[in-house]
Amino acid sequence: MAVIAEPITKPVSRFHFLLDRRDVLEMVLVAPAILYVLLLVGLPLLLSIYYSVSAYTIYNPTWRFVGLANFEQILQNPTFIQTLVNTFIFTFGSQLLGLVLGKFGAFLLLRPFPGRKFVRALIILPFAVPVALATIAWRWMFDSLYSVITWTLIAMGIVERADAPNWLGDPHLAMLCVIIINAWRFFPFAIVIFLAGITAVPQDVIDAATIDGAGFWRRNYQIILPMILPIVVIGLIFGIVFTFTDLSIVFLLTQGGPVGSTSVLGFEGFQTGIVSGDVSHGAAISLFMLPVLLVVVVLMLRFIRRREI
Amino acid sequence: MPSVSRSFREAGFFAAVAFFVIVAAFPFYWMVITAFKTNSDLYNLTNNPFWFNEPPTLDHVIYLFKETLFARWLLNSLVIGVCVVIITLVTAVPAGYALARMTSRKGEALGIAIFLTYLVPPTLLFLPLSRIIAELGLQNSMWSLVLVYPTFTIPFCSWLLMGFFKALPVEIEEAAIVDGCSLFGAFIKMAVPLSVPAILTVVIFTFTLTLQEFVYALTFVSSSDQKPITLGVSTDLIRGDVFFWGEIMAGALIAAVPVAIAYNLFLDRFISGITGGAVK
Repeated sequence: MAVIAEPITKPVSRFHFLLDRRDVLEMVLVAPAILYVLLLVGLPLLLSIYYSVSAYTIYNPTWRFVGLANFEQILQNPTFIQTLVNTFIFTFGSQLLGLVLGKFGAFLLLRPFPGRKFVRALIILPFAVPVALATIAWRWMFDSLYSVITWTLIAMGIVERADAPNWLGDPHLAMLCVIIINAWRFFPFAIVIFLAGITAVPQDVIDAATIDGAGFWRRNYQIILPMILPIVVIGLIFGIVFTFTDLSIVFLLTQGGPVGSTSVLGFEGFQTGIVSGDVSHGAAISLFMLPVLLVVVVLMLRFIRRREI
Repeated sequence: MPSVSRSFREAGFFAAVAFFVIVAAFPFYWMVITAFKTNSDLYNLTNNPFWFNEPPTLDHVIYLFKETLFARWLLNSLVIGVCVVIITLVTAVPAGYALARMTSRKGEALGIAIFLTYLVPPTLLFLPLSRIIAELGLQNSMWSLVLVYPTFTIPFCSWLLMGFFKALPVEIEEAAIVDGCSLFGAFIKMAVPLSVPAILTVVIFTFTLTLQEFVYALTFVSSSDQKPITLGVSTDLIRGDVFFWGEIMAGALIAAVPVAIAYNLFLDRFISGITGGAVK
């Protein structure tokens, strides 16, 4: 009788076998990150939408569905309309100022000069330092009595001590201060984005344009700008998202005041939802950010696909 | 005379550079000056505020360490940072690798989807997250921040690492597999050691991102001894309505300097991460 030799099998577990399939391994490796994000970003986002159509408060945690009543109540409140307008002024004012400063600064830093690295390090500072700490330093610079800016203006003879500007006490000045701080925080980021874009434009393209007779402005606005546009837009999208939803500068500088003149969506959502415990109205206020974010995401997707240089 | 107009242009150029440096760096100069000035010098309107009118003092720094919870906040931030770095590395390194090696369009789409969650702002999530944290019994504890901070460090770092792993030639791993390495072994033994610089960048960035965060800390933590450094310095050194400017600026300075240095060193990689590897 012939004895058939048993095939020698390596003691490989079924688990191991699965891990040797490329697609399975890839899913296993990517799963923890996706789960984390789904549980702590996706789930809260859905919860937030549900809160906004319920009557949930900290004191009465009910899941009762109230439809769009919260949104209606919010929109009938004139101070909320002011908050919405403030948020747009704050976002676009500071991004515009930041972009102008950024373009100009990048133009300066493009030229090699002794100490350029050190200058760049100093100019990056506003973006590097935690925004809460920088804001607190600005608050001290805008102090009603000991403001160094006021002191300088008085020393230069521009204003008198008696009618010195009360930076954070005047509604218009307070808004200006908040915008300045945010622009100050973002302009180094804009500089770096512009620099990254411009240095990535191939020199031969610029040379070819020069030979063909393109002058300085033409090179800048018809050759370089269109080429770096995708990068600039991605940078700008970051700026808009983080400004539109920001709460820290307003919270630490003005607390939304004086009389609501610097209140923004993030701050209002915090005041209503966390401080007052009215979770449903707070969530509804925060959700007013969503349309803007969606527009931004669509733009982002288009430009991520288009990035070439 | 061309040389005169040229030197005028040079002067204009350096004046513009000086303007930018002053705008950017003055608040930090102001922090330093305030942190080391005596109170009598600080609160005297007739003094020139730009320089020391009395000899500099270390009183504010000493007060900070002796009379406030400053040292505790530093420790809290360190613990939070280290824990978040570990969580981020364990999840984002494999994720970045897998996303980079996925050949189909599915990989790119998944990568973009993860990255987009980085754009979901804290101010939209803090209400539901505060309920989740309360359910978990973590309210008012720094561990809530350890749980929540990876929600923005994981997406960002996965995206960053995806770019790095894409630049790593597949052939190296294939050679290892031919030599008898398993697929997983090729990742652990070949890809990870080769991307140590990238992983170091991720460590530094995760750490600075946790130090910069303010909104979640403000929302979830209210007892003084649980606060991270940025929250403690900006909200806890105010007694009633009185700001202790010397102490506040000294604290801000100590917390800001390491972050600023780390950022400057790794900025280029950060930017190439944001622009999606668009810039070499």
